[in-house]
Amino acid sequence: MTRLDALVHLPRNEEGPVFREPWEASAFAMAVKLSEEGHFTWKEWAAVLAEEIEAAQRDGDPDLGDTYYRHWLRALERLVAEKELATEAELVTRKQEWVEAVAATPHGQPIALQPKGKQP
Amino acid sequence: MGDHDHTAPLPDVVLRVKTLESLLVEKKLVDPEALDALIDLYENQIGPKNGARVVARAWVDPEFKAWLLKDATGAVASFGFASDKGKTLVAVENTPKVHNLVVCTLCSCYPWATLGLPPVWYKSAPYRARAAKEPRSVLHEFGTELDDDVEIRIWDSNAEVRYFVLPERPEGTEGLSEEELVELVTRDAMLGVSKVSAPKGRDA
Repeated sequence: MTRLDALVHLPRNEEGPVFREPWEASAFAMAVKLSEEGHFTWKEWAAVLAEEIEAAQRDGDPDLGDTYYRHWLRALERLVAEKELATEAELVTRKQEWVEAVAATPHGQPIALQPKGKQP
Repeated sequence: MGDHDHTAPLPDVVLRVKTLESLLVEKKLVDPEALDALIDLYENQIGPKNGARVVARAWVDPEFKAWLLKDATGAVASFGFASDKGKTLVAVENTPKVHNLVVCTLCSCYPWATLGLPPVWYKSAPYRARAAKEPRSVLHEFGTELDDDVEIRIWDSNAEVRYFVLPERPEGTEGLSEEELVELVTRDAMLGVSKVSAPKGRDA
């Protein structure tokens, strides 16, 4: 069983970063806001998140806390689909649009989705 | 590939977050300004200092302490912090004979408004699994040793109820003001993995 000694050396100071990367903050905020707006209860959220954490552990994630927002993001994607806030097709299409937008963006420029119907 | 003048592919998690955010904003299910405000709140405005203020007040004001232990949601709300909406907050008091330890065995429920966002170890599987089963060994790894006759109580947070620990006021702090006491209280002490120490040179 993993000892906590290793974890004790992970950031645990009072000033440690709240989010390590911006995407973690965005995923966090989307879940909180969707719940506040009544799209799901926090109880539903916690249950789905717990399932995603268990699933990740079954798949071999040592789950040392540094992958927490990955579990969080999967839980968010699941609830967005289950609550029909966006369809699977919309998600797949939009992700591809982002891939193309990134590829079409010169280095150093902000990445923006192309307006619908226009080719880059 | 010859595309070095283009932006490098983004990590999959970033693409997935951009996908969700752009769709949810487009459908007006989330307001981008509200997302930014919430992130700013957690990154810059709230954190364990909120909880430290609550603890220091309880140490100097017996009436407030009684209120806190009876109705932490109401007592903490009196400080005017942003609240964890719809969740009940419970304060559990450490004494010479009882030591409290907070965990969320299922995921990582946490009193955000009082303590900010949880530290990495709180979210880790080893802590979640071991805190309830072998608390003395977990406490030992945090450098906290308890006498054998101290009872350890485990508080398992969930989606509706969040716990935080009212640590013991250390000896040798009788002369400190409430503001000075705030500086002594750590996040780890409010989760129960450590105790509050008196400032150096003031130990009894």
